[in-house]
Amino acid sequence: MLRYTLHRLLGAIPTLLLVIVLAFLMVHAAPGGPFDAERALPPEVAANIEAAYHLDEPLAKQLGRYVSGLLRGDLGPSFRYRDYTVAELIGTGFPLSLKIGLLAILLALMVGISSGTVAALRQGSMLDRIVMSFAMTGISIPVFVVAPVLVLLLAVKLQWLPAGWSGAPGAAKYILPVITLALPQIAYIARLTRASMIDVLGRDFIRTARAQGLGTKTIIRVHALKPAMLPVLSYMGPAIAAILTGSVVVEEVFGIPGLGQFFVRGALNRDYTLVLGIVIFYATLIIALNLIVDILYGVIDPRVRNE
Amino acid sequence: MKKSGGILLFILVLAIVGPWLSPHEYQDTNFGEIFNAPSFAGMHFFGTDDLGRDLFVRTMLGIRITLLVAVVASVVSLLIGVTYGAVAGYVGGRVDAVMMRFVDTLYALPFIFFVILLMVAFERNFLLIFIAIGAINWLDMARIVRGQTLSLREREFVDAARLTGVSTARIIFRHIAPNLLGIVVVYVTLTIPQAILVESFLSFLGLGIQEPQTSLGSLVDGGVNQMEGAAWMLLIPAALLALILMCCNFLGDALRDFFDARKAP
Amino acid sequence: MSLLEVNDLTVRYGDSAVVDSVSFVVNRGESVGIVGESGSGKSQTALSILGLLPGNATVTGSIRFDGQELADKTDQQLDAIRAMSIGIVFQDPMQALNPYLRVGQQLRQILLQHELANGAEADEKVKKMLGRVGLPDPERQFHAFPHELSGGMRQRVMIASAIICEPDLLIADEPTTALDVTVQAQILDLLEELRDDTALLLITHDLGIVAGRCERLLVFDGGRLVESGATTSIFSSPENAHTEKLLAAALRTDRGEIRAAANGKTVLGVDNASVSYRDKSKERLVAVTDVSLSLREAETLAIVGESGSGKSSLVRGLLGLIPMRAGRVVYAGESLEGPVQFRSAAQRRDLQLIFQDPASALNPQMRVQTIVGEPLLVHEAAMSADARKESVASILNKVGLDESYLRRFPHQLSGGQAQRVAIARALILEPRILICDEAVAALDGSVREQVLELLNDVQRDTGLSIIFISHDLAVVRSVSHRVAVMYLGQLVEVAETASLFSRPRHPYTRALIDASPIPDPRVAPASAPLKGEVPSLLTPPTGCVFHPRCVFAQEDCSKKQPGLRRFGGSRVSCHRADELEL
Repeated sequence: MLRYTLHRLLGAIPTLLLVIVLAFLMVHAAPGGPFDAERALPPEVAANIEAAYHLDEPLAKQLGRYVSGLLRGDLGPSFRYRDYTVAELIGTGFPLSLKIGLLAILLALMVGISSGTVAALRQGSMLDRIVMSFAMTGISIPVFVVAPVLVLLLAVKLQWLPAGWSGAPGAAKYILPVITLALPQIAYIARLTRASMIDVLGRDFIRTARAQGLGTKTIIRVHALKPAMLPVLSYMGPAIAAILTGSVVVEEVFGIPGLGQFFVRGALNRDYTLVLGIVIFYATLIIALNLIVDILYGVIDPRVRNE
Repeated sequence: MKKSGGILLFILVLAIVGPWLSPHEYQDTNFGEIFNAPSFAGMHFFGTDDLGRDLFVRTMLGIRITLLVAVVASVVSLLIGVTYGAVAGYVGGRVDAVMMRFVDTLYALPFIFFVILLMVAFERNFLLIFIAIGAINWLDMARIVRGQTLSLREREFVDAARLTGVSTARIIFRHIAPNLLGIVVVYVTLTIPQAILVESFLSFLGLGIQEPQTSLGSLVDGGVNQMEGAAWMLLIPAALLALILMCCNFLGDALRDFFDARKAP
Repeated sequence: MSLLEVNDLTVRYGDSAVVDSVSFVVNRGESVGIVGESGSGKSQTALSILGLLPGNATVTGSIRFDGQELADKTDQQLDAIRAMSIGIVFQDPMQALNPYLRVGQQLRQILLQHELANGAEADEKVKKMLGRVGLPDPERQFHAFPHELSGGMRQRVMIASAIICEPDLLIADEPTTALDVTVQAQILDLLEELRDDTALLLITHDLGIVAGRCERLLVFDGGRLVESGATTSIFSSPENAHTEKLLAAALRTDRGEIRAAANGKTVLGVDNASVSYRDKSKERLVAVTDVSLSLREAETLAIVGESGSGKSSLVRGLLGLIPMRAGRVVYAGESLEGPVQFRSAAQRRDLQLIFQDPASALNPQMRVQTIVGEPLLVHEAAMSADARKESVASILNKVGLDESYLRRFPHQLSGGQAQRVAIARALILEPRILICDEAVAALDGSVREQVLELLNDVQRDTGLSIIFISHDLAVVRSVSHRVAVMYLGQLVEVAETASLFSRPRHPYTRALIDASPIPDPRVAPASAPLKGEVPSLLTPPTGCVFHPRCVFAQEDCSKKQPGLRRFGGSRVSCHRADELEL
C-alpha cells in the first residue's frame, strides 16, 4: 500500500510540472505584451515596466524565476490590481469558493448516491423512472442556465430566497448557489451509482451472498456498496473539476466575491499573472485531489494496489 | 431514440431555414422596438432584445453556430481520439504505456481553464474555439478506442487473420474498425453535448463568440442581464439549449443500449 | 419423508420453459447426481431450490424441503433456509467470492447473520473451518483476499462457506469445471470427506465425476428429466436414447480405439524452443523451456498439461503469433522464423490453427461466407468471386453445414456450428498441419464427438498432421497417436498413446491418468493422486520442476534438472524413470 501511494505521488509530479510549463508558455506566447491594450506608453516607461516584471529576460530565465517563486508560494504581482500579489488575491477569494464548493460536493454525494441506490434497487419502477428523468434533465441543463432560471423563479418572482450575495442575510444566501452548483453533480452521481449498483448486484458473488441467506440489507452494506462506489470515487476527480468550473458561473450569476470572480475579471482584463496563478492553483488542487482519490481507490480495491 | 433524433433534426432544419422566413436580419438594430415581447404582430416570434434586434433570427443563428462548433469540435476529437487510441491499442506494449501515460497526465489538467487561458492570450476566433474544445474531448475517445482495440486485438479472430496472412491494413480496416464503430458512434453522440456545453460556457463568460455574431451561450448571457424585465430573453435560448443537450444525451444513451444489446449473445 | 421432494417443477422465462415439469426426491444422507449438457436445465433446477433465479423467471410446482414448502416462500423467508439447511457451491470461485472482501470476513458474515456465533468466537470458527477444508495456514488465509489464493484454494473457501452452518443438503453446481484435473480430484475428495451425513446434489456435465461418487443419477435433457435411477443401472442399461448418447460420448475412451500409429516422415520439427513473456506487473515469465518435438505426416500428436504447462504458448510461439525466445522450428526442410506476418505465403498456408472458443475466433461483424472465404482472398487473389463462393460452400458442406449458413453472422450459430465454421476456415487452404488448441473443450459431449469425427475423416482423406492440445486425457486417448505431456513449461514425457496410458514413466503422467475421472460406476474413484497445485511460473521450483508435488522425489530431484532420456519408445524427464514402477 505504501509503495502504491508513493508510486501515485511520484506520478503526480510530472503532471504538475507540465501544467506549470504549459500555462506559462501559453501566456507568454500571446501576441503582444500585457500592456498593449492600454494607451501607448513612452518607450522608457514601457522599458521600466518590462524590467520591473522581468519581461526583458529570455523566456527560459523567466520560467525559472517563476517556478522558483512558486516553490516559495510566490505567484508574482497582479498586473491589474497593482497593490496586491496574486497569492493575496487567491487568499482572499478562495476560502469562500471552497466553502460553497465543499457544501455542493457533500450535497451531491449524499443525494446522488442515495437516490441512485434506491433507483437501482427498484429498477424499472415508477420511482426509478422519476429519478432517472430528473437525472437526465440534470446532466443536460448547464449550470449557467439553471442558475439564472432559479434566481428568476425563486428569488425574483417568488422572493423566497435572496437573489444576490452582498447584504443578504446569513445562511439563506448559500442555498441557491450551493444547489445550483450541486444539481448537475447530483444527476451525474445518481446515474453513475444506479448503473454501477445494478452491475454489481448482477455479479456472481452477490448470488453467493444471497445463497448464504444474508438478506438484502446486509448484502448491500457488506458486499455491494464498496464495489458499487468505485466508479463514483473515480468520478470525484472530474466532479471536482466540474465544480470549480461551475463555481466560476455561479459566482458570476450570484455576485459572490470568490476566486471564480477574480478569474473571470482577470480573463476579461487580460491580467496575465492573475489568470496564470489561478490556473496553476486550480490545477494543483485538482491534481492533489485526484491523488487522494487514487489512493482511496487502492484502499477499497485490493487488486489495484498490487499492480 | 427516434423522438430525440426527430427533435434534433427539426431544430436543425428550423435553424437553417428559419432566418429566411423572417423579414429581420440578425444584426439589425431598431431602437423603436426594444424589449418587445414575443408576438406575431411585428414578426418577432421570440421578441426583441435591448437593441431591438429580432431574437428569433438571432436564436436561429445561435443554434447554427452552437451546433457548428459542436460538430466540428466533435470531428476534431473523433479524428485525434480514434487515431491515437487505435494506434496505442493496436501497437500495444511500451508504446501504448507511454501514450496512455501522456493521456493520464493530460486528464489531470483542468482543461477548461486552459481554454480560457488560451482565449485570453490569443485573439478569440472560431478556429481556436474548435481546436480548444476538440482538444479537451479527444481524451475520452482515445481511452475508449484504445481499450476496445486492445481487447479486440487479443480476440482470436485477429490471430486467425494474422495466421492466414491477412495484411495489417486489412486487419485494422476489416476486422478491428467495424467492431469499433458502435462505440465510436455512441461517444460522438455524447461528445457533441459536451462540446456544446464548453462553447456555451465560454460564450456565457463573454470569452467565446463575439458580437454581433451569437451563440446560444451568448444569448443566455444576454438574457441573464435582462431577466427581470424581459424574461423571454433568458428563457427561450435557455430552453432550446437544454432541449438540444437533452436530445443528444438521450440519443447517446439509446445508441449505447442498442449496441450493448447487439454485443450480448 | 424425503429430505427434498421436487414436484412438477417448471421454470419459465417468458414463454420458454428451461425446466419443464421435473419431479425428483433426495433422501437424507444420499448423494444424487444431476447430469446433462449445457442448456439442459440442471443449474436452473438447482438455483430454483434456493430461490436464486433472476427476477424475470417464473417458477411453478412444488419444492418441499424437510416438510416445508419452499416454492411459495418469500426471499426473506428463504434466508432462514439458505446456508442453514441448504448450502451451495458454485462453479467458478473467482466470480463467486467477493473480490473486495477478505476471505475471513465473507465467512464470518454468514455466522453473524444466522446468529451462530459472534466476535472472536466467530473468527475462531471460521479459522477452524478453513483448516478443515484444507487451507494450509488458516490464520493467514483468514486475512487473504480471494485473488491472493490459487483456484483450488478459492474453491475450498467456497466449500467452507457452504458447509459452515452444517446444512442438511449440499448442492454443488459444476464445482470442479473451472479447475485443473489434479485439483478437481482433490476437491471431489474433499466434498466426499466433509459431507458426512449431509445429502449431496452434484450437478455436472461430466459423467466420469458422478460415476463412482453418486448413488443415484438424474439425467436432464432440454429442461426435462429424461431418466433417473441407480447410477450402476443407468450406466449398464440406459433406457433413454439421450442417456445412451451421453454415455457413448463419455465411454468412447474405454473403447480403447487407438488406430495404428502413422509412420510417415517428419513434417514439423521443434528444437529447443523457449517462449517467455511479461505479465501485467512487467515480470518475465518463462512459459516454455527448451522443448523439442517432432510431428509426422498424417499423425495426431497430443500435447497435454494443466494450466500453466505452456502448451498453448508453445504452439503460439511456433506459429509466430508470439515471439520465441530461443529455439528453431523446421517445416518441410525450411526453418520458420520471425512473426507470422514475415513468413512466406506457402508456410502460412500450410499451418493452420483452431481455437478453443469459437465465439471469439469468428469476427462478429462478418458473415460466415466472408469469414471462411477470407483465406482465399489472401492466397488465391486471382480467384473470381463466384469460384470463391463455390469453394466456400463446398468446404462448409464437408464440415456438415449447408448453404443456408453462408449468410449467417456468428451470433446466429450454436457453439458446435461456430466451431465447424472455424474448422472450415482452417481447412479451406488445404493445410498440411492443423493445430487444435483445446478445440473441443467448450463443446458438449455429443457435439464434441461429431467434431472429433470430422477431424478424423479429414485426416484419413488428406493425410493431414494434427497437433491436438488438450487438458482432457479421455479425449486425447481416443484421438492421438502420440502424446507429449507438459508441466510448468517443460516436456516431461513423450510416448506412443498406448504405451503412455498402459505404462506411464513419469510420476506426473501417472497422476494425470489417475486424476481423470473414470466413467464407470464399478470402479471406485481413486483418491487425489497429487497434493498441492501447479506453482507459479514466476517462482519455478529448482531442479526437477515437478519435485515439490512428487511422491517419489528424492534429495537429488530438487537440485538437478533431469532432462529428457530415452526409454524404449518414450522420452522421459525424471531422475528415477528407470527404477519406478508406475
